[in-house]
Amino acid sequence: MFSFHKTPRLLASTCCGVILASVPILGAAEQTGYYGYGEPATDEQIAAWDIDVRPDGMGLPEGSGSVDEGMAVFETHCASCHGAFGEGMGRYPKLAGGDGSLTEDRPEKTVGSYWPYASTLWDYIHRAMPFFAPQSLTDDQVYAVTAYVLNLNYIVEADFVANKETLPQVEMPNHDGFIWEDPRPVVNNERCMENCKEEVTVSESAAGKNLTPSTTGPLDEGITE
Amino acid sequence: MLGKLRRLNQDASKIALEESERLPSEERRRFLRSGLFTAGGAMVGGALAGIAPKALASTQYPPEIPPWTRSLGAGVVTDPYGVPSPFEKDVIRRNVPWLTADEVSSISFTPLQHLKGIITPNGLFFERHHAGRPEIDPQQHRLMIHGLVDRPIILSMEDLQRFPSVSQINFIECPANGGMEWRGAQLNSLQFLHGMVSCAEWTGVRLSTLLQEVGIKPEGKWLLAEGADGAAMTRSIPMEKALDDVIVAYAQNGEALRREQGYPVRLVVPGWEGNTHVKWLRRLEVGDKPWMQREETSKYTDLMPDGTAHGFTWVMEAKSVITSPCPEMPLKNKGIYQIEGLAWSGRGKVKAVDVSVDGGQNWQQAQLREPVMSKSLTRFALEWKWDGNPALLQSRVIDETGYVQPTLAQLKSVRGTNSIYHKNAIQTWKVNGDGSVVNVQLS
Repeated sequence: MFSFHKTPRLLASTCCGVILASVPILGAAEQTGYYGYGEPATDEQIAAWDIDVRPDGMGLPEGSGSVDEGMAVFETHCASCHGAFGEGMGRYPKLAGGDGSLTEDRPEKTVGSYWPYASTLWDYIHRAMPFFAPQSLTDDQVYAVTAYVLNLNYIVEADFVANKETLPQVEMPNHDGFIWEDPRPVVNNERCMENCKEEVTVSESAAGKNLTPSTTGPLDEGITE
Repeated sequence: MLGKLRRLNQDASKIALEESERLPSEERRRFLRSGLFTAGGAMVGGALAGIAPKALASTQYPPEIPPWTRSLGAGVVTDPYGVPSPFEKDVIRRNVPWLTADEVSSISFTPLQHLKGIITPNGLFFERHHAGRPEIDPQQHRLMIHGLVDRPIILSMEDLQRFPSVSQINFIECPANGGMEWRGAQLNSLQFLHGMVSCAEWTGVRLSTLLQEVGIKPEGKWLLAEGADGAAMTRSIPMEKALDDVIVAYAQNGEALRREQGYPVRLVVPGWEGNTHVKWLRRLEVGDKPWMQREETSKYTDLMPDGTAHGFTWVMEAKSVITSPCPEMPLKNKGIYQIEGLAWSGRGKVKAVDVSVDGGQNWQQAQLREPVMSKSLTRFALEWKWDGNPALLQSRVIDETGYVQPTLAQLKSVRGTNSIYHKNAIQTWKVNGDGSVVNVQLS
């Protein structure tokens, strides 16, 4: 049923493994768990895939990048979507601005106004940006773009150089803006069954707003109601 | 189209920013269309093979004898992998083009209005990608488990399927489900309003089994899960949850995961927001602290009116919706109807569902349809005689913790209108005198 077929080579090695089982394998007893499936992950393998970075700087590699270098990288790889100053193009995310807007009717959540940790910026650019070519920037380029975006948000000075020592020390303006313990439920509703309201008023209706795509017929981009 | 876009209110743009940051895809809807046309072709072939070329009567019910009774149908393996009848061509996932900037980092919605029971067919399970749907060769795929463990390992898909397996039925809901409606009613559709939830039987290995295999060091309190797609999606999960009921799943409703659901392997984190169910899972790292990744700081944090934000709001709280009638399923004429719907809770089982036909002034307890399972969709129904007058239909779920689903007004009074995620408010459908059904909100 599953299409995870064994290759003939794998079958062959499985078959030979039975014969080899009686031969002691050096160190194997310490390396395997109860089932013993899979292979031990080597340090080299782990290093290649382990790309995450934490707020305390764990995971940041060697290398560095300045604000000026970051401007050049940003203009080449980032500005076509995010704008030359991180202001966002069209519907693509704004990276800078929005300071003090979080209590406003229409908050602007950017790196400067909202993000709690500088490490997240390095990590995310490195793992997923630029959109068309994720994981294509060098570590130095990622440091540089990180420095530039922080500078666009007036979080670091123009002479800032990002590296694994300096980045964890950057204080983000909204660092204390989060509650990391889920406070829900935020509403403790009663299960009233009868005469629960004196009156019922419809305040909002989707009718006539012309925002709903058709849910019949072929997929298209038309909006019909 | 541009005219439409300009007319959108800013809520929609905000969701678009939250839920999409990507550019256009080259591949569009070829897959769905080709599937349906293949089915159509097969039916025509079957009819041609029949004997009677007599013109089809306008109806095929008694006393007519329909042609499909007097001819041969299509043979077996006409569709080696079966597809729905061409008469079900409208039962498809759909997207809201204006909601996101493109179709690569975007969402498609399950057609809840057409579905029965609690299991979402694999081809209709809602999709949410951040860098499109990768095409992964399972023989090339590897899952690495490392960090604060005694024995870091790399597993092939074959290795993974040798571990003892479990199967359980759980919903997955995007925490942005319905998030475009905090400020008012916009979309007149069950599919688009609530279709970011689906439910399947997941089969795979308990994460606790794998963690036991590698041996967690005492200081290992958190787990980072990472995907193999271009977004390399990551979320931090506390060890307590990881050891509880999380599954490293390779099968969905009896078959291998669909590509858009993470083929060949994904995380299923029962009851928790969809974003944590990392697809195309390639890496699990044990650590002593959370990683504060982009998807748990910039996104999937809930902004409150005082400017602070709630992070790590993992659980999907109890929610319900009436699926029939709904805007896509209007009433035809007066008489008896079964008001039907779905209820679910990330905190456990659905204990009860109440239905109101007068906008919440009075409630009646609905019947729950078996099976009722923890962190799964649950079907409910209430018989109702429609007298032809306008009505305001609502459903309200109570879960096994005693939590009662709130109204939107109650939620907004605490959370304001900018928290984007976790809008589990009671849905109101207004039934008009002509039987049409409209999405409305009450003050």
